[in-house]
Amino acid sequence: MGRAGYIRTRLILMVFVLFGVTVLIFGLIHLIPGDPAFLLLGERATEAKAAELRTQLGLDQPLPVQYWKFISGIPRGSFGMSLLYRQPVGDLVFRRIPVSVFVAVYAMLLAALITVPVSIYAATHRNKLGDQIVRVGFLLLFTTPGFWLGILLILLFSLKLRLFPVAGYGDTFPAHLRYLFLPSLTLALPLSAVLIRNLRGQILDTLRADYVRTARAKGIRERAVLTRHVLRNALVSTVTLFGLQFGNLVGGTIVVETIFAIPGMGQLIFQSITARDYPVVQAITLITAFFVIVVNLIVDLSYSFLDPRVTYG
Amino acid sequence: MAESALTPTAGGIATAARLPGRPSFWQRLNVRGPLLAGVIGLALVILVAIFAPVLSPYDPIKQDLGAAFAAPLAPGHLLGTDNYGRDILSRIIYSTRLDLQIGFVSVLFPFIVGTLLGVVCGYFGGVVDTAVMRLVDVLIAIPFLVLVIAIMTLLGPGLRNLYIAVGVVGWITYARLSRGQTLITRDLEYVQAARTIGCTNSRIIFTHVLPNVIAPSLIYVFTGIVQAILVGATLSFLGLGPQPPTPEWGAMIAEGRQFLLQAWWMPTLPGFAVLIVGVFLSLIGDGLADRNR
Repeated sequence: MGRAGYIRTRLILMVFVLFGVTVLIFGLIHLIPGDPAFLLLGERATEAKAAELRTQLGLDQPLPVQYWKFISGIPRGSFGMSLLYRQPVGDLVFRRIPVSVFVAVYAMLLAALITVPVSIYAATHRNKLGDQIVRVGFLLLFTTPGFWLGILLILLFSLKLRLFPVAGYGDTFPAHLRYLFLPSLTLALPLSAVLIRNLRGQILDTLRADYVRTARAKGIRERAVLTRHVLRNALVSTVTLFGLQFGNLVGGTIVVETIFAIPGMGQLIFQSITARDYPVVQAITLITAFFVIVVNLIVDLSYSFLDPRVTYG
Repeated sequence: MAESALTPTAGGIATAARLPGRPSFWQRLNVRGPLLAGVIGLALVILVAIFAPVLSPYDPIKQDLGAAFAAPLAPGHLLGTDNYGRDILSRIIYSTRLDLQIGFVSVLFPFIVGTLLGVVCGYFGGVVDTAVMRLVDVLIAIPFLVLVIAIMTLLGPGLRNLYIAVGVVGWITYARLSRGQTLITRDLEYVQAARTIGCTNSRIIFTHVLPNVIAPSLIYVFTGIVQAILVGATLSFLGLGPQPPTPEWGAMIAEGRQFLLQAWWMPTLPGFAVLIVGVFLSLIGDGLADRNR
């Protein structure tokens, strides 16, 4: 089975996992004790009011019927009505997707720009002062709460140095880049900490390989040995780790979009949670799961580009 | 190292190495370097939590509006006061209790359940294994924080619900770690031997497999505690954790965020507490992982 067959299998598996996600989210919302009608209206609502709301939301129908209504809408991009905004969930969510994707991609790029040079430097200067500083750095970043890091960055770069705006999104592409720099950096720094730790170790392991000695013996410049032979092989494991960390990155957007007032999905899911607007929570959870699965598929496919020996069987 | 007891020295004369006595408890523990630093640090943090009432100069929830917004190093308030004039040092000290509790308790059940489930899945395989692993596929497709927040929404804010929410997702890592180890262990000779002499499955699992597969899970516990503390702080930052005026690091950072311009110390200082505790726990986790290699 070649790459095409592998992709096909993975796509079929993806449909099953997404199906599982819908069952899980639906089950969570409907099987956990607590009546959504009373959650929405407050504890002191009358039973008549609650019954009315339940009929309005379709909560008085049997669970399989409700579930069918939920999933049959998904292929059409219909996720029901938002309880808070009283408009289709799709309209609310879809225009926020590009914003969150921008933040996520920006953060990924920043993380890559930080991770690769720092790891190479640390690995080639093993146990020297620079390496020690890098190691202390990732120990600290690993345990830094994301929201606190965001606040520190605002305090330093926005309020003291006035280099970046405190909050918002901007209107043009260059403005996006400027407005979203600090939020993306907030997401990128802890991610790079995890990745640097891994890549540094991988580079150190790869440097001991025979083919690296061969490459050096052939007289290839050290720079080329590092980028062409060492880095490419060392990256395979780091890219895997990146795929596994992508979910955390997406989760982090909730916090970051809230702190920096960015109108993305993270901010919306948080508002919806506070307002108990569960159709929106359902939709965003499903969409984020979709992105996480797609990114992991891309990660698995990237192996064969990094390491031509990899085949998909 | 038995042969080295009588190795020739540089001078060519064989010397009997000192016969080692039974190593003492501390020698066998062999806690050194970063691991030792982490253990001492964590012990100090736990002492701070226990003796919070003695160590705190003020009542953490007592308001003193006359002393509001005192900067750090102000007389009587080492780390300053917040918008209600509450002493920040006292609040940080008191929330050590809550945050350590969040860290340890939210890891306890996922660790036990996840490890046992992983061992059972790895040992028996079959339908249960497949079912659990497919559930894992689904759960890891949803970002951890999204799922935890979604569950907290449904259950409502509060400490008990926080443990449940973290627990629903937290067991996965332990299950995967111990399942992987069990898959290797179950075919080793001593397990086969135990089976041959007629040990029951539960006996094999508890006395032969579990002690040999538990190390990676146990090491991951320390990373798990760091993550639980971070998630707990994040949830209370978002208003889903312990409710005010309970001192909690994440909640303190959230409250301080509104006063970023007037009182930079309000949101910044509690973050260092999270950082310090996290570093000690990570030092222990990394130290143990290094030894296990």
